[in-house]
Amino acid sequence: MSAREEILSTIRRSLGVTGQEKPRLDTVTERLANAPRGLTVARGQLPHEGQVALFKEQAEATLSSVVDVASYQDVPAAVADYLRQNNLPAQLRIGSDPRMADLDWGKTAIELSHGPSDGNDLAGLNHAFAGVAETGTLVMTASADNPTTINFLPDHALVVVSAKDITGDYETMWSNLRAQYGKGQMPRVVNWVTGPSRSGDIEQVILLGAHGPRRVHIMVVKD
Amino acid sequence: MSAHPTTNRFIDNATEALADPQLQRAMTNVRSGFIDKRAAVAAKLPEFEALRDSARDIKNHALAHLDLYLERYEANVTAAGGHVHWARTAEEARKIILGICHEAGAKTVTKGKSMISEEIALNAALDAAGIVPVETDLGEYIIQLRDEAPSHIIAPAVHLNATQVESDFRRVHTHLDADRDLSEPVQLLTEARQVLRSKFLAADVGITGANFLVAETGSSIIVTNEGNGDLTQTLPKTHIVIASLEKIVPTLEDVSQILRVLARSATGQEMSVYTTFSTGPRRATDLDGPENYHVVILDNGRSSMLGTAFQDMLRCIRCGACMNHCPVYHAVGGHAYGWVYPGPMGAVLTPTLLGVDKAGHLPNASTFCGRCESVCPVRIPLPKMMRHWREHEFERHLSPATMRSGIKFWAFFAKRPALYRFATNLMMNVMGWMGRDTGRFTSLPLASGWTDYRDFPAPQGGTFQSRYQAQRQSTPNNGRAA
Ligand code: SF4
Repeated sequence: MSAREEILSTIRRSLGVTGQEKPRLDTVTERLANAPRGLTVARGQLPHEGQVALFKEQAEATLSSVVDVASYQDVPAAVADYLRQNNLPAQLRIGSDPRMADLDWGKTAIELSHGPSDGNDLAGLNHAFAGVAETGTLVMTASADNPTTINFLPDHALVVVSAKDITGDYETMWSNLRAQYGKGQMPRVVNWVTGPSRSGDIEQVILLGAHGPRRVHIMVVKD
Repeated sequence: MSAHPTTNRFIDNATEALADPQLQRAMTNVRSGFIDKRAAVAAKLPEFEALRDSARDIKNHALAHLDLYLERYEANVTAAGGHVHWARTAEEARKIILGICHEAGAKTVTKGKSMISEEIALNAALDAAGIVPVETDLGEYIIQLRDEAPSHIIAPAVHLNATQVESDFRRVHTHLDADRDLSEPVQLLTEARQVLRSKFLAADVGITGANFLVAETGSSIIVTNEGNGDLTQTLPKTHIVIASLEKIVPTLEDVSQILRVLARSATGQEMSVYTTFSTGPRRATDLDGPENYHVVILDNGRSSMLGTAFQDMLRCIRCGACMNHCPVYHAVGGHAYGWVYPGPMGAVLTPTLLGVDKAGHLPNASTFCGRCESVCPVRIPLPKMMRHWREHEFERHLSPATMRSGIKFWAFFAKRPALYRFATNLMMNVMGWMGRDTGRFTSLPLASGWTDYRDFPAPQGGTFQSRYQAQRQSTPNNGRAA
């Protein structure tokens, strides 16, 4: 018997089932098809404006910095401000997300490099799929538009999130993701990011900047 | 160490631990670092207790349908271009992983923190095969330099002080300036970040564990604060996930419910910094990510725990709250338990995985204070299960004679609830009076083995049962009819 068969048959013997019982099969099929939401957490159940405000408050509580940006046109200037304020060179790694790559970066002195990070970038910019207000969590999806390495390798992770993509809870975010990618389909990676990288492994004192970004800077675009 | 359990030596290990001043100093960080933070963050979420019920129910549902969800999970991983491998034993798992590493021509392997990797003693197997394993979680990296096992499931180096880490870094990082300043913990962190960055970029294979496997989508999930797991799995050509079979949850919604209690229970965070859902290898249009994605599903005795008194243990989400709140763990640290899983969860799980003949002492490492169960996010009745093991061990006559009579004594009262209540109330009153000045005892008649090393907290406010009665009387609709 293969390992697979033996493991499954031991499970079935232990549970006292054959694996063919229709009610069990139906239960599983239904649960996977309907994906019930479970218990609702009241915190994020707010009018949309309140969700955006809560997202910002919660993100700041996890030591991300957050600014409002009136429109996508203003993103390059907001990035330039951040780099200047933090004494960083005017260099930025980005993917090919048209919402950002097509902006008029020429107005700033920023030199762009495109594509995934090789670990030599101080600052990188990705666009979030969503923000979840409940815990100030960014939801990043992997693609050529927003390469995963940009979320993790640069010291400074700059992230644009559109205010309209901010949800109250994770469950609403998952519904939106299914609507975009199809039921049961996932981008290669979905990264929830809740603040800058940190470690408490030395004497249980929390220090920022373990292996991932030392800073996370979120730009919430209004339009 | 994981290959050679010292679970049989628990009493000797514990005695040594109690006499180790470095360890005793480090263990105070457990109390300050975890307990208050968890309580504060739990109090901020009105639904926290209800979410614990929800997490328990989801895990119970998943276990009751485990065979079917595993099949769905496998089908969805395969559909996403990944490979699922099944391992009955630790040895089979090691063989599968070595096979994938050889195929990838691997010379170095980076590793995210994984208790299953410890359970199957993977690093020793990689070493023996000429492949260099590099642990990348800061705590795991530190203990790898020291050739030690983790002493905590989420804080592997909790038994160490910063000065010990400093001397390890000076010993191993000889390419760096010998006069550098490492007096601040942040300097240690920065040095580890620099040293490990090049290892991430050079590795041929990345191995991570999984906190959860999602049947609906075929996704594996890792939860970290450092981001090391993400660099481990994103940069090399091949990503191997090693996970035990009870990590299955049905849907993304289900796992979102459980994630709400995981970080809160573990580190007192509302959410860990990085929660990563991985589904298959790099897609045609992707510019980064692994080209090969493998999942090794390990059984190692778990499938036989289903349908037994120990099934509930398979709900465990490895948050560490039970050990953070355990007075025995505080006193002796994780290494005393002698294998990879310490604290109350280890005391229950280790005998099921290693056998009661090897780990029969562990379920005795308990004061039955009940704090582990009261904080467990999936409400595992840990004290009850430790009692199961004790009874089991007792029946096998493996216990020393004094222990047998102790259990007989307890069993006598346990069968006579009214007498038990009377006796414990009397004890509580006497002990409360004796310790009334400081709330703690530093000596206790007949228990010097314990209080020689630890202050014994004076009981406050009566026994659980009397409090429960009082509570029921003040909230008449809350208690179930007897
Ligand atoms: S037994 Fe409960 S408290 Fe202990 S690690 Fe597992 S889930 Fe956490």
